Formats: sequence, structure tokens, C-alpha cells
Amino acid sequence: MTTEKQQETVELLLNMGPQHPATHGVFRMVLWIDGERVVDVEPHIGYLHRGSEKLCEGESYAQIVTLFDRLDYIANFNNELVVCRAAEKLMGVEVPERAQYIRVILCELNRIASHLLFYGTYGLDAGAMTPVLYAFRERERIQNLFEAVSGARMMHNFFRIGGVNEDVPPDFGQRVRRIMGELRRGMEECDRLLSFNEIFLSRTRGIGAIDAETAIDYGLTGPNLRACGVPYDVRKDDPYEVYDRLEFDVPVAEHGDCWDRYWLRVQEMYQSLHIVEQCLEQMPEGPVMAQLRRIARPPKGEVFVHCENPRGDLGVYLVSDGGPKPYRVKVRPPSFCSLMPLKHLMRGCYVADCVVILGSIDIVLGEVDR
Amino acid sequence: MLATLKGLVTTLAWAFRKPVTAQYPKQHLPIQPRYMGFPALLWDDTAGEPFCTGCMVCVRECPTQCMKAEMKDNPLQQEGKSHRRKIIERFEINWNRCILCGICVEVCNFDAIEMSHVHELGGYARAGSRVTLQELLKYGREFQERSGWKPSNPEKNVAGVALAKEKEKRQPAAAASRSEPASSNPSPGKES
Repeated sequence: MTTEKQQETVELLLNMGPQHPATHGVFRMVLWIDGERVVDVEPHIGYLHRGSEKLCEGESYAQIVTLFDRLDYIANFNNELVVCRAAEKLMGVEVPERAQYIRVILCELNRIASHLLFYGTYGLDAGAMTPVLYAFRERERIQNLFEAVSGARMMHNFFRIGGVNEDVPPDFGQRVRRIMGELRRGMEECDRLLSFNEIFLSRTRGIGAIDAETAIDYGLTGPNLRACGVPYDVRKDDPYEVYDRLEFDVPVAEHGDCWDRYWLRVQEMYQSLHIVEQCLEQMPEGPVMAQLRRIARPPKGEVFVHCENPRGDLGVYLVSDGGPKPYRVKVRPPSFCSLMPLKHLMRGCYVADCVVILGSIDIVLGEVDR
Repeated sequence: MLATLKGLVTTLAWAFRKPVTAQYPKQHLPIQPRYMGFPALLWDDTAGEPFCTGCMVCVRECPTQCMKAEMKDNPLQQEGKSHRRKIIERFEINWNRCILCGICVEVCNFDAIEMSHVHELGGYARAGSRVTLQELLKYGREFQERSGWKPSNPEKNVAGVALAKEKEKRQPAAAASRSEPASSNPSPGKES
């Protein structure tokens, strides 16, 4: 009898992370493996938990912007925008047009920077070492521009409730136009390098597919949802700032597999360039900050605001009791929701594909754990 | 196969181009004028004292509570060299806590603090992360010299300008009271 027991096949338990380069942060997955196949997966999050939502309750509205910088630390401007818009909506502030255009330009450039980072690291995940160098070269141009505008490469703290901190430097338009030309060339180069590479295609095509209905059920948003064929984009469906005056397409893929998610982000970068071009043409002169009291004190009430982040639909639910500090801030992070269908995506796939799947949903742990 | 070859050609083409990387410790890239480095305290040359009066507004507004400040009565004010009644005595910024957000600069009423371009502050001792008033003023002087910084509200904050203004206010007031009938009589309507 004992010999029979010894010959029994058992599942192997494999810990992946939290210190693992392919998890893009401190994220731990426990994999149950049968041979090369993943039987089950359990995500463990919370290694980067800083209690941002709770910290918000003890900070004034001006200070909260710095906390939001640190949620999705790859797309800082987009995060700042959503919290500023929440407070503005509660206070009923009209943001000057020039400030809105500046915000949109910076947000779209930040979207490109974020997608470039995804492009580079995704190449790494799939085993291609070169693309990350190209991606960082392009991203550096954007970061330099951000430094010239806001004074910091990341963690800008540039958007204010009622506008932006400072007008852009006088050579801003010129500089952005020059950068856009360089970016377009660079992105095309990146495209040539990776997108249709046979090894990359065989690693990503048909892997980790999810259909539209399941994706909606799991609460996926942003590029991950659009890759399944659902044309949902907050910029189009619930326009904010000046997006209703701008013309752009929402790229949509159909299969919802890893390559579609990748390809969609590449397409989005070109659309973002298109948006920035239009903004530069339309941008009026004028003030960049609304006339407000020095310390923001929104009236009693609650508000929900959402914006299209590079990772999806970032929402902020803000409750104010009329004081200088918010009563409660709840963040609806897109990365957290993107992690939800992890079991669905990974069950039955190869161990090596886990890395590719996790890379393709493009999570940022600062936002998942908050 | 074709796509793979294209990729190889892209990579190979870079063998004949200049590298875009900079070898950091040997080669420093230029800093943008708006760069937010470590906050520094500025020096008022007209009075020979710092701008900072120790009003604590930056200490209160700092999101990470990285600052400490103490004020004292200003001896130069009693001598009539400055218009500041209080002056900073001790100031300390813990750069392990500072997140370089620039909120302190924004809230300062006295043009006293500015984000300098100092950024290479790495060290080996944790105790060394507390930057004292002397060092902050040193950073500030360097920043002032290099960047040509100008106070945004000189009438209120630069001692020389403010004192002159006070004096002017006192003297012409006396002078105006003497010559009041002459100056107040011709109103714009009558002149024309």
C-alpha cells in the first residue's frame, strides 16, 4: 500500500515573487503546477500598502495631490488630474481653458511615457532584451520635458485645484513639436523591432485570452477591456477637460489575448500624439489658475470623478464635511481590477506564460496596494 | 521571418550611430531651470540676514513634516537695518523625509525658501540627513548666484526696498502735510 502512495502525482507549489523582476513591483503569486501546466494561482497583494486613502484624511487638499502622485507612479499627471477634478467638481470651480489644455497635453504625453515603459518591460517579459533600451530612450525625451515644465521628472505635484501651478515655459510649444517628431520616429522604430517578431508573436498570440463578457464581469477597463473588443473609453464616453473638442479614435482589438493588449497600447500611443498635436493648435492664451481662496475648502457633499488613465478607468470618490481636509477618499484603481481575472487568465497555461500574461495586463503595484 | 530580419536591421543600424547614453559620474546632463532640487533658504543682501522670519507656515503645510523652525527677535531691526521684527534662529530639514514637492515654496509669504538645484545629496550616515540652517543658507546663496533669482514681492520682503518705502511713507507724509493745499487743489477736472 505504501508504495502506491509514493507513486502518487502531487501538484507542485511554486512561489513567484514578491521579489521577482517580472512581477513589476512587489507582487506575489502562488502557483499550483501540474508538470508544466498551471492548475491554480493565488495572488497576494499588499506589500506596497502605504495607507494612502487613510493618509488623505489627515492632509489638506493641496497635500493630497502629492499622495496621488505616488499611486500610479508611472502616470503621475493622470493621477493628479483625477483628484484635482474631484475637488473642483465639489467646489464648482471653472478651470481656465489654457490650464485644461496644458493638463490634457501633459496627461497624453504621460500616457505615451507609460505605454513606452510597458512596451519595454513587456519585451523583457517575453524574453526580448533590446526593446527596453529603445523604449527608455524615447521615454527620456518626455521625462526631460516634464522636468522643464514642472521641475520634476516624476512626482511632479504640478496640477492644482483650479488649474496648474505655473504657466508652461515660453518654448513649450516648440519643444513639444520637436519631441513629437522624434517620438513618432522612435515609436516606429520600436514597432519594427518587436511587434511582428516571430518569437514574440508565438509567445503572445492566443495566450491569456479573455472574452468581452467575462472582462466586463471582472470590471476590466482601459486597454485591457478594449483589447476584447469593447470600445469603452472615458475620454469618449464621459468626456472631461477638453476631450470633447478633440478628434481621436479609440483603438479596439478583437481577441483579447496578450498580443492584442500589447498592440492596442502601441496604437494608443499614436492616438495620443494626435491629441497633443490638436491641443497645441487649439491652446489659447490666458490665465492658468482659477481665482480661489488660498486654502481649498469644498462644501459639504460627496462626488465621484473618473478619468481615463493609461491603465484604465481611475475613479475617486471624495466625501467632504466642509473642512480643509476630506472626510473620506476612495480610489477605484484600474490596476487592481485588472488583477481580478488573474485566475481566469492563468489556469491551464504554461508556467512560462504566467510572466507574459501578468506583463500584458500592465499593473502598477503602487496603485494596486495604495 | 521578415519581421525578425527587420528587427535585426534596426539593431544593426545603431552600430553606426552615436550612443544616446551619458556616462553619469563623469558626464552631467544639464538641469532644467525649473528643476526642483533640495529646498534652500535665501539670503537678503540688503540687510545681511536671511529672508526667513520663522513664521512656521512651511512647517505646517509640509506633507511629510520634514522641517523644524525656531524664531527669535531680530537684533538688526532694533538697529534699524531691517524691517523684520522676527528672524529665523534654527531651521532644519530632514532630507530623508523631504519629497521635493515644492509646497513650502508655494506657501511662503516672505520669498524665503526656494527649490534649489542641489540634488546629489547621497551620504553614508543617517544622522547626516538633517540639514541645518547654515547649510541651507549656503545652498541658497549658490542658487541665488547661479540662477539670478529675484524675489516675487520685493516691496514687502527685501529689507532695503521695504525700509526705503517706510521712510518715504514717513517723510513725504510730513512733506505732503506742509504742501497739501498746493498739491490737492488742482484736480483733473479743473486742470483741463
